Amino acid sequence: MTFPVLSIITFTPLVAALIILLIPANRKNETRALALASAAFTLVLSLWVYFSYDQTTAGYQFVEKYDWLPALGVSLHFGVDGISAPLVLLTGVVMFTGVLISWGDDHPHVMAGIQDRPREFFAFLFILAWGVLGVFVSLDLFMLIFFYEIAVFPMYLLIVIWGWNVTREYAAMKLTLYLLIGSVIALVGALAMYMAQYQNTGALSFDMLTMESAGFSQSFQIIWFLPVFLGFAVLGGIWPFHNWSPDGHVAAPTAVSMFHAGVLMKLGAFAALRVGIMLLPEGAKYWQWLIMAFAAIAVVYGAYVAFVQMDFKYMVGFSSVSHMGLVMLGFSTFNADGLLGSGLQMFSHGAMTALFFAVVGMIYDRAHTRQIPELGGMSKVMPFATVGFIIGGLVSMGMPLFSGFIAEFPIFMGVWQVHWFVAVVCSISIVITAAYIMRNIRQVFFGNMPEKFEGHITDITVLDKVAIATLCIFMIVIGLYPKFMAPMVQTGVEYVLRLLGGS
Amino acid sequence: MDFISTHFLSLILFFPALAAVFMLFLPGGENKLFRWFALGASLIPFLLSVSIWFQFKSSAPGFQFQEQYEWYEALGSTLHLGVDGLSLTMVLLTTLLTPLAILASFNITEKVKAYMMLFLFLETGMLGVFMSLDLLVFFVFWEVGLIPMYFLINQWGSANRNYASMKFLIYTMGGSLGLLLAIQLLGVLFGTYDLVALTQHWTSLQPDSTLLGMSVSQVKAIAFWAFAIAFAIKVPIWPFHTWLPDAHTEAPTAGSMILAGVLLKLGAYGFLRLILPLYPVEARYFAGALALLATAAIVFGALSSFAQTDFKRLVAYSSVNHMGFVVLGIAAAGLASGTPDATIALNGAILQMFNHGLSAAGMFFLVGVIYERTHTRNLEEYGGLFTLVPVYGGILIFTSMSSLGLPGLNGFISEFLVVRGSWPLLTAYTVVSMLGLFFTGAYILKALKKVLHGPLNERWAHGEHKLTEINAREILVMAPLMLLMLWIGVYPAWILDVINKAVMMLF
Repeated sequence: MTFPVLSIITFTPLVAALIILLIPANRKNETRALALASAAFTLVLSLWVYFSYDQTTAGYQFVEKYDWLPALGVSLHFGVDGISAPLVLLTGVVMFTGVLISWGDDHPHVMAGIQDRPREFFAFLFILAWGVLGVFVSLDLFMLIFFYEIAVFPMYLLIVIWGWNVTREYAAMKLTLYLLIGSVIALVGALAMYMAQYQNTGALSFDMLTMESAGFSQSFQIIWFLPVFLGFAVLGGIWPFHNWSPDGHVAAPTAVSMFHAGVLMKLGAFAALRVGIMLLPEGAKYWQWLIMAFAAIAVVYGAYVAFVQMDFKYMVGFSSVSHMGLVMLGFSTFNADGLLGSGLQMFSHGAMTALFFAVVGMIYDRAHTRQIPELGGMSKVMPFATVGFIIGGLVSMGMPLFSGFIAEFPIFMGVWQVHWFVAVVCSISIVITAAYIMRNIRQVFFGNMPEKFEGHITDITVLDKVAIATLCIFMIVIGLYPKFMAPMVQTGVEYVLRLLGGS
Repeated sequence: MDFISTHFLSLILFFPALAAVFMLFLPGGENKLFRWFALGASLIPFLLSVSIWFQFKSSAPGFQFQEQYEWYEALGSTLHLGVDGLSLTMVLLTTLLTPLAILASFNITEKVKAYMMLFLFLETGMLGVFMSLDLLVFFVFWEVGLIPMYFLINQWGSANRNYASMKFLIYTMGGSLGLLLAIQLLGVLFGTYDLVALTQHWTSLQPDSTLLGMSVSQVKAIAFWAFAIAFAIKVPIWPFHTWLPDAHTEAPTAGSMILAGVLLKLGAYGFLRLILPLYPVEARYFAGALALLATAAIVFGALSSFAQTDFKRLVAYSSVNHMGFVVLGIAAAGLASGTPDATIALNGAILQMFNHGLSAAGMFFLVGVIYERTHTRNLEEYGGLFTLVPVYGGILIFTSMSSLGLPGLNGFISEFLVVRGSWPLLTAYTVVSMLGLFFTGAYILKALKKVLHGPLNERWAHGEHKLTEINAREILVMAPLMLLMLWIGVYPAWILDVINKAVMMLF
């Protein structure tokens, strides 16, 4: 038997969460150290999976299969392909950096990191990570939904207990309701697929690899595609169901925002692709125009709304709507370029937005305000964070030599092949993004520092710097050397295209 | 040595960026070290490009010193580098002006490390545009140069820098949207970004077949303007020039030198490298429109320049005026490519790019020299300075004369060639442009009169404001520029030979 690396990756956070809960509440540093160690362990394993994935054979690799509920045809079936392997890596990276920036700082003016009940915080965060990793590696529809719900639930507690005390109750409730309704609708769709497969083939199985060839009729696919796709895409922040996401981002504590925008939104997009498009390809083709329209609106509208935000964190939150719109836009092209771009954009946006939220959190912890006009001159006290944010900003505006360009360019090429008009309209978002990113960089990091901050604001800690550097390295490496990720995503895309029947 | 001789272009291209990254790890606060390190790092690409200038075989066809590496295989894009006579001239200009600009910035005292690093990154960005033979890589470098320039203006500029830098960024990015979309269209159609292959495929499309629901000729016309507007904003051609006076005026001195000296050439280079080969039919069809805009740039640029009271703004508008001649030459070449007249005009346009690089960089530097001493750019506050600073005065007059187009200096050669070449092709526009030349003389003489001659403003003669003479470092910046101005003016054959053979082979 081969080394069960995927189950170890998936269950490490769960085991860590349970052990963390056993540590006495006053041993904060031990809690943090254990959290960091298990996050680092997950990161190392996910790097190992990423680099030992064999691109020449492609397909699902590191496959493991255990029976779980044989009577219903549910099994723990794990495996990664070229699309999910980068996302597992992304989860490892965001988990590691999220723990680093939650470490805390003893400086009297700084309320950085998690000082209040870190034991419970890290335990919930890791349960969340467990759910996320489970979705990315599951090849069983039942388990995918199982992990999906697990990922949504700790979010509520994390926001409502450790969140921004002004809006946390509202935002946590809104987020949970939105996501639960979405996932319930998707679950209904999943059950419909399960039953239809039983009728067609007589097999009782949730295994997605067999469902791919279940021979769903075209009318079935057309009816059920929208509930399934949109149900999952709610978590991917698709317009017009994006409304929960900026509120949720803003109310969440920093590490949770990083997780939320960096990984959780990818969860929605990934599940929408894996279940919606790959299992119901005919339905997807039928509704292509609608998905493309929603995505295009998200891209442009999200950028506009981000442009007018005065709250730094809301600005980043809406920029996520815009960038996740690009992911959906790439999905809706159903061609090699567009899907390649989406796969890359999921990784690129994950790292970039995690970096954004990390830096925004560092500033808020020190300045106690997020109002952009009230901030200024941060580059003088935190040059490292400034450079990090600028790099993130360049990724965000799709500047060449950074991962954003590598991802966005093929998406637009894919859209060209479907409809040129959409490509032209969506390209406007590039300029809007550049405008708000540059304006906010100038306002927050340069210019004069307000007097009340003089001497009160301190530089970020070494751990914060390590987190920023880790995230930046991935964005720069992909930007300079696309081969790091593009060929791998391509292998995954080829598989999707085969299911779509060479559309 | 083998490595160097087979990797000339990538060494020239990436050396500045690598040096900048290395600089990141130097200890902070050592301003002197940063300055000298940056100067040294920018001199190496210069020496290398001088060396390839002499190795370059101007009579051999095609691109030389080619190198090709894989980059973005999934999209069919490779890092394909190569130079011909046209790009070699521009590479030489870039690698010459960057060390001079760095030398000119030795008086920067704030955030020296970041400043020098941005300059080195900027050099890589500009060189990449001139060297790349792959459309996607061309676009990559085209955009990359923007960011260092934005921060140079935004961080080290003068009072109105926020407005100017944002305007510069949004204008240029907005302008390159069309270019981005058109490049994607080409990539989608042919599955490759290699320039040579693209040119072949694209020009051999049947004009009456359909594409995207329109006829090929309509698509090409739209794509032509998408390219043309992106480049026109960078050149800039009237009426897309309004970002330029703001950006030039607010940028730090060395930033203006590079902006006028090299960045504007990127636009003109785009016309020559991409538009003329890719759109021969459209370039002929729209030559009149292009010539009209060029003439407007020449005339309005000169008139606006004449109306300025701010010395730096005056020089900034003069760029609009001079770059107009480049575009006029390009329009003439597009109208009748292959004819001797077009070849002459194109020779003039390319030489004018090089010449304007020298004279504009020199003029901006000289404005910077006087601004640093007087802290004013208002022409009314100078007056009679020749008696106080005769050496500076002499240098200023010399450089102005090059800009004005005095025979014996470089400007005359190139403007004469453009006018000679476009006269038979675009007679009316050429006539109006030559009338514009009259105003060129007027504004330059006006500037000289206001600064150097007339009654002495006593404020600069005594006391704390006493004006000091140009110093040795500043003369060292000007010396190579003046030498080249004179050399090209007296004996242009050494550079025209390379340019002409490139033009003969290309068009």
